[in-house]
Amino acid sequence: MTRDLLIRGGRLIDPGGGVDAMLDVLIREGQVVAVGAGLDGAGAPVLEATGRIVAPGFVDLHTHLREPGQEYKETVASGMAAAARGGFTTICAMPNTEPAMDGPPVVAQVQEAARGGPARVLCVGAVTRGRAGEQLAELAELRDAGVVAFSDDGDAIAGGTLARRAFEYASDLGLPIAEHCEDPALAEGGVMHEGVVSTRLGLRGQGALAEVSIVERDLRLAEAAGARLHICHISARESCEAVAEAKARGVAVTAEVTPHHLLLTDAAVAGPNGASPGGLRYDTNAKVNPPLRSGDHVAACLEALRTGVIDAVATDHAPHTVTDKQCEFDRAAFGISALETAWGVLGALVARGDLPLGTAIERLTSGPARAWALDRIVPGLGWLAVGSPGDAVVLDPSSRWTVEPERFASKGKNTPLAGMDLVGSVVATVSGGRVVWEGAS
Amino acid sequence: MVTRTARTDDHPAEAAEPNAAPASWEHRHLLDVDVLSREDIVAVLDTAEAMEEVLQRRVARTPALRGVTVFNLFYEPSTRTRASFELAGKVLGADVINMTGSGSSVEKGESLIDTVATIRAIGADVIVMRHPSGGAPYLAAQHSEAHVVNAGDGLHAHPTQALLDAFTLRRRLGDLAGKRIVLIGDIKHSRVARSNVWALTTLGMEVTLVGPRTLLPTGLNAAPPASGRDLSLPRVTLEEDLDRAIEGADAVMALRLQRERMQGAFLPSLREFSRRYQITPERLARAGEGAAVLHPGPMNEGVEIAANVAHGMQSEVERQVAHGVAVRMAVLYLLTQGVGVDR
Repeated sequence: MTRDLLIRGGRLIDPGGGVDAMLDVLIREGQVVAVGAGLDGAGAPVLEATGRIVAPGFVDLHTHLREPGQEYKETVASGMAAAARGGFTTICAMPNTEPAMDGPPVVAQVQEAARGGPARVLCVGAVTRGRAGEQLAELAELRDAGVVAFSDDGDAIAGGTLARRAFEYASDLGLPIAEHCEDPALAEGGVMHEGVVSTRLGLRGQGALAEVSIVERDLRLAEAAGARLHICHISARESCEAVAEAKARGVAVTAEVTPHHLLLTDAAVAGPNGASPGGLRYDTNAKVNPPLRSGDHVAACLEALRTGVIDAVATDHAPHTVTDKQCEFDRAAFGISALETAWGVLGALVARGDLPLGTAIERLTSGPARAWALDRIVPGLGWLAVGSPGDAVVLDPSSRWTVEPERFASKGKNTPLAGMDLVGSVVATVSGGRVVWEGAS
Repeated sequence: MVTRTARTDDHPAEAAEPNAAPASWEHRHLLDVDVLSREDIVAVLDTAEAMEEVLQRRVARTPALRGVTVFNLFYEPSTRTRASFELAGKVLGADVINMTGSGSSVEKGESLIDTVATIRAIGADVIVMRHPSGGAPYLAAQHSEAHVVNAGDGLHAHPTQALLDAFTLRRRLGDLAGKRIVLIGDIKHSRVARSNVWALTTLGMEVTLVGPRTLLPTGLNAAPPASGRDLSLPRVTLEEDLDRAIEGADAVMALRLQRERMQGAFLPSLREFSRRYQITPERLARAGEGAAVLHPGPMNEGVEIAANVAHGMQSEVERQVAHGVAVRMAVLYLLTQGVGVDR
């Protein structure tokens, strides 16, 4: 298949390059070779983008592909297909696979499965062997195998000393540690946010403090070690405050937030009024870790995203089967299938006036690329300029659509957004000069 | 309020007729008290009065639920609630089958949804369910044609307990509007307390919750959200000092204190808890004259309640248990009216 393409007639928004203008993009051999008005493709296939927005392909710092080990939930192939539909051309595969991605063989296996696919898959290596929180994984070997960050996601690095050594060791290697900030002793096995709604539903809550205490710990440890720290799926107001303060004093910290933590509150667990017998819903598709929080936390995350305290929107795409979710709330798996709704959620926030369009795009493109310095690994990634990879997305920011999970490419149909109207669709996704997704427009 | 007809015939539907089938009862399930209006609750209590009358008969049996199958599905140990439902069903002529989590397909890993579907296929008209997870009866209700009665789910709700408490209080105090009750102890882990907050405030009572901060749930009396659905519990008064809270109360309810609460550092010791929160004769004397004493059981005498209060003149504890049967008869009757009659 040809890797040449002329994307013509659209409004190019490339926030990293400070571009917002009516410009065409010409891709040859999978690389951007020209950006300008009225470009001549010289026979290259044409993707019409008139009336649309053209932006760099989205970059997701937080994707669970489930392979190897849980291929019934998702595979690298189905996850890449979901990414293409969602406008993501680069996804970072988290290491909580079975076995964990804690050494070169598993990294190689995932890289091999992704070869030639519709999205670029970058691997995140485990911090500790088997993610067990006891001994460091062979971090330098992981780096040499191509991982772009380290994480024990699903858990924070257990224990202060282990975390301290991990930051010190990773600091030598120049790669960030992406932390799932949750103190299990403070979370107390809570299955949702602790507050009005957990009290009403009689479900065990996990307070924001469980997150905040690890954010504070890691900021100090990373600062002392001179290491790069990335806060995964930030969800609490106090965490945002801590990150803002740390950035101000020069700590090398970045943060991501998920689309669902920006749109939904813990009330989503109880569902809309009258949604089910008895009026309460116990929607296990809204069960996610960290939990959906109350409105004040959601507003704080949104504000932190606007101001740049939060660098990136990342999906924490966590596909599960129906069986994993259709059970008692306490027993249901944590996680939301989010790749295919991310842009629609941000579009809804843009339509509501909560987020400028340019900021929404930035936090999905150059924001995440900068956070992990991904352009050191793939030059130009996250931008759409000459020399960038030919990864682009064509967007309709105003079309309204209803979430129908059964139409997802992902195996995971688990989303609390089912039936909800979102704003903004991905019209086409271009990966390395190839059109890998074209939606009905 | 309740027309007590001294019936001698053995025809239950008629015996219960005056109040047993109010046209307004529209609930398929009883999952929580939060959806019950004042009229709904009064309908249950009035129906329970009629059921009390049945229970007073020489042969306490009526065939109102003949042909109806009630399945007691208990995933948590329980003696009194299960026995109470079992007797309620049997007095009404229903077939009652008991199933526990242990020794059944549940232990073999069968999902709740499959278990409920199987029970329905066997012929259950009503599933009475107790489960350690909040919300489990909602899942059952979504996946079964049977009527589901929540007999206690996690920390969430125990509707029939609250209804029998309301029944007991109404008998003792008359109209509950404007009366004040104090609930004491481990509110945080108590589904009984949550359901009573709904039931008793709906009937117009003022509810005061008393306990150390560690045993009170978060988010009580919170300001309603700026937008979206308000999911807060009804407003209550919170108090940490029992001596102050009990002053002039019309009723007091002690809650069972689980002895393992010391592990989670909710409390330093049973001794300290009992010194601060036990209902003693001295404290009870500060309450209103003849204040009613309730406890959902099983009691830890000497911990949350002194033995001589538990068995004293003001105690309603035994009557609560007795009333439980009538209230559960009323619930089964109201949910299934019509079911089984034509089969």
